[in-house]
Amino acid sequence: MSLVFAGVCSHAPGITGRPHLAEPAARDAFFEEFNRMGEQMRAAKPDAVIVIAAEHFANFFMNNMPAYAVGMADSYEGPIEDPKWLGIEKHKVPGNAELSLRLIKEVMKTVDVSYAEEWKFDHGIMVPLNFLTPSYDYDIIPVNINCQGPPLTPLHRAKAFGEALRRACDSVPERIALIGTGGISHWPATPDSGKVNEPWDVEFMTRWCANDMDGMLSYGDEETYEEAGQGGFEIRTYIAVAAAARGKGSILHCKPIPIFAVSCTAATMALE
Amino acid sequence: MSLYIVQKFFYDANRSAEIQQRYRDAGATRQALIAEYELTEDERRAIAEGDIGMLYVLGCNGQLLMHFAGLLGVPWADYLESMREGVRKYGPVRAGIYAMTTSTNDKVTGV
Repeated sequence: MSLVFAGVCSHAPGITGRPHLAEPAARDAFFEEFNRMGEQMRAAKPDAVIVIAAEHFANFFMNNMPAYAVGMADSYEGPIEDPKWLGIEKHKVPGNAELSLRLIKEVMKTVDVSYAEEWKFDHGIMVPLNFLTPSYDYDIIPVNINCQGPPLTPLHRAKAFGEALRRACDSVPERIALIGTGGISHWPATPDSGKVNEPWDVEFMTRWCANDMDGMLSYGDEETYEEAGQGGFEIRTYIAVAAAARGKGSILHCKPIPIFAVSCTAATMALE
Repeated sequence: MSLYIVQKFFYDANRSAEIQQRYRDAGATRQALIAEYELTEDERRAIAEGDIGMLYVLGCNGQLLMHFAGLLGVPWADYLESMREGVRKYGPVRAGIYAMTTSTNDKVTGV
């Protein structure tokens, strides 16, 4: 069939790990919209969900760091984090190695990707799944863009990767949902955790919703680090989704919740 | 020089229940584990003693360091404060992309 759903969302571990410390009304409003995004995604009846995350050294390290990696297994495990710390129990998450193989072969025609027949999901994937597929009953295809260990892939390559994913989705009979996770501005796991550059987030999401690719590609890493922190590098996942979906975006939720360390985001994008 | 190896230790520990257990066993078992990694004396001491502040100042990526804090049983607020204390004691972060941008007196989220 093709791509049937596209969206982006936050993946900060505090969302599930520290909900009791958040202001209840703000937290509940976000969870409601995050769950709504899940309902919309499941209503599109996907056969598989591609989750483009920016993982955090659960699988990939600077000894052999792929710019882009796609999972190719029939199941995955997660979370790698302590379940009590993350607030998510360990799960065996279904995958589809054969579908991954077909997608990877198509992507490889234009973008060199690594493939991985083992993958331990960290919060970058598990937190979104907690809301989007809470029963863990959808085939997940994990994808990683290295946003942690510089040198990082340039933004225009994230766009090319998104375009390749779209072509790959359109080449298979299965119905595919595509989710990007991460960002936007944040300074995670540092003493600055909780700091958010809200105007920067609003501006980025305005460009994302308009699918203003030139605007999104104009962020330099130095400027992003300065204004949006090391967490801002994760805009790569959002750019890839925009390049794949091609349509306009709609924000379900995008407001800072400091104890979760990010502008808590859930947004969908029309497919064109 | 060996910040890479320090971070490699955290990466390995995060992926291996056995390494986590050897660290928790403390004493000679912990020392033997750490000896498998080519570290400077400062790095070895910081890992052995769970000196989060020093490890943060050395430039450890926070995504690795926060799980080491978990292994040590350090709650979130104490983890953040340990990093601030490290900067007070040892000076600014020396490497990496996780430098502090607030002051040591700031508590961004109130903790």
